[in-house]
Amino acid sequence: MSKALVVYLMAGPDTPDLAHAAVDGGADTVEIGFPFSDPLADGPVIRRAAERALAQGMRTRQCLDVLARTRERLPGTPLIPMTYSSLLEAYGWERFAEDVAASGGSSMIVADLPAGERPSLRRVQLVAPTSTDERIALAGAETDGWLYLVTIAGTTGARGELSPALPGLVERTRRLVDAPLYAGFGISTPAHARAATELADGIVVGSAALEAAEDGPEALRDFVASLRAVI
Amino acid sequence: MTAATEFGAYGGRYVPETLIPALDDLTSKWSELQRDESFRAELNELLTTYAGRPTPLTRAERFAPDKRLYLKREDLLHTGAHKVNNALGQIVLARRLGKHRIVAETGAGQHGVATATVCARFGLECVVYMGEEDMRRQQPNVERMRLMGATVMPVDFGTKTLKEATSEAIRDWIANVGTTHYLIGSCVGPAPYPEIVRELQRVIGDEAREQILAAEGRLPEAVVACVGGGSNAIGIFYGFLDDEDVRIVGVEAAGAASLGTGRAGVLHGARSSVLADEDGQIADAHSISAGLDYPGVGPEHAYLRDIGRVEYVGATDAEALAAFRDLARTEGIIPALEPSHALARARELEEELILVGLSGRGDKDLAEALRHLT
Repeated sequence: MSKALVVYLMAGPDTPDLAHAAVDGGADTVEIGFPFSDPLADGPVIRRAAERALAQGMRTRQCLDVLARTRERLPGTPLIPMTYSSLLEAYGWERFAEDVAASGGSSMIVADLPAGERPSLRRVQLVAPTSTDERIALAGAETDGWLYLVTIAGTTGARGELSPALPGLVERTRRLVDAPLYAGFGISTPAHARAATELADGIVVGSAALEAAEDGPEALRDFVASLRAVI
Repeated sequence: MTAATEFGAYGGRYVPETLIPALDDLTSKWSELQRDESFRAELNELLTTYAGRPTPLTRAERFAPDKRLYLKREDLLHTGAHKVNNALGQIVLARRLGKHRIVAETGAGQHGVATATVCARFGLECVVYMGEEDMRRQQPNVERMRLMGATVMPVDFGTKTLKEATSEAIRDWIANVGTTHYLIGSCVGPAPYPEIVRELQRVIGDEAREQILAAEGRLPEAVVACVGGGSNAIGIFYGFLDDEDVRIVGVEAAGAASLGTGRAGVLHGARSSVLADEDGQIADAHSISAGLDYPGVGPEHAYLRDIGRVEYVGATDAEALAAFRDLARTEGIIPALEPSHALARARELEEELILVGLSGRGDKDLAEALRHLT
């Protein structure tokens, strides 16, 4: 069975083109980052991309427009906004969820809203190597579609090696959760991708995809294709 | 616990999942230690023999000649500010959690110095994140931290001040949560930190209440303290919150008035009142005082504002500088710029018997203050 490949892009004017290129390269799902000024879960690459996006005026309304335009280009691809609680607090929690759905969003990820908080807000939940079995079960019960396995104790960004914590996390989570498990944080090379998908049902690639996207849609497509080729 | 239950609609744990188990451990250990006589005894011994508690109450007769204005002298503590109350409490807590590495953020450097101090005292590894702009403004505190063996990590992006330093300290904690305790410096951050810091700082208010009763035979008519994150304020306020006749006033920097001009938002793990735009993007704060130069505030202050128990007002840089100079000239006490904001508003109140939290001494601010006063 083919493994899932999720690619993260920071919302911007060229997101529809980049998302199209990512899908051309073999991505199944595209995450669209709605930038926040103080992104606690993110390492330097995504943090700097958020700073640039904010400087370009990418606020919630503009991000929703980018989502809608990306949806027009890619009618069949799951598109998932990823952001932080502060944006939802300001926009209105329910209104945000409604407008994401109306703009073509398939679910959402809120990086600083752990399982158990606001359970009525449907979203992809995250579990980490530090999560207890009880929390993994809770996240599995609340998650929307698939479960995001944070492979490392740390922030987003490329690492030299795939996290040694992943096998144990996958094994524990399989026992507790039926949903598909996608591994992310620190996955940046075909070798990481292959190793991670030997364990998990899919992977999420963020910082490395953003770096490839800086060189344009073709570079992103080639990078995504290099991952797709091995999973 | 859900996000919306801690201080009315404020507080909560808006952090990545990686930290939740550590916050659960912290919550249960803290709750256990609250009932543990040996914890209280160990901390009291340190506060007395190491930090210099109790601190005196000093009447400022020449600063406010038409009032009976008393200063709670946290400036006389070891390291020169109230921050050491919290640092000592949390270092005892960290040791009992089995953590051997401490990470902290600092703005003015007072919390960084207090943290470096207690880490040196107990032989724990200490990493302090500090914005490059604050390192420039508070160079002597950087040298103090390094002298005591701490690693000071410059933060060179964003505002290069306390906001980014706090984010980086939390990111470090996420990456090292197994070995590391995050020794947060104010009553901010995810639960249970606001409560822990308040309980460790309420010694200020508990002492002051007894002292003013002994000196005056009655409670003060007003209690005034400066509010950045708000730890010295929550500490002194807690001695008087149940005394309905005592007016309580928090003084923010006018350019960093998270309570006065902010809106509900989420920053550094908690829902509180923050300086943010209509999209929830955090705004820059501006204050001459690095310790107040922060766009957020402890969630309990937002709650106390909403229920009307505490009034929050602002003081400008110029008003704080004038009070800074006046207290030095009239009383021979050089206050930090942070409590100078409280002094500026306190002397204008209509009340006669007033207690002011003098949260720290002004040595660290001399260069910055003299640059503006001359």
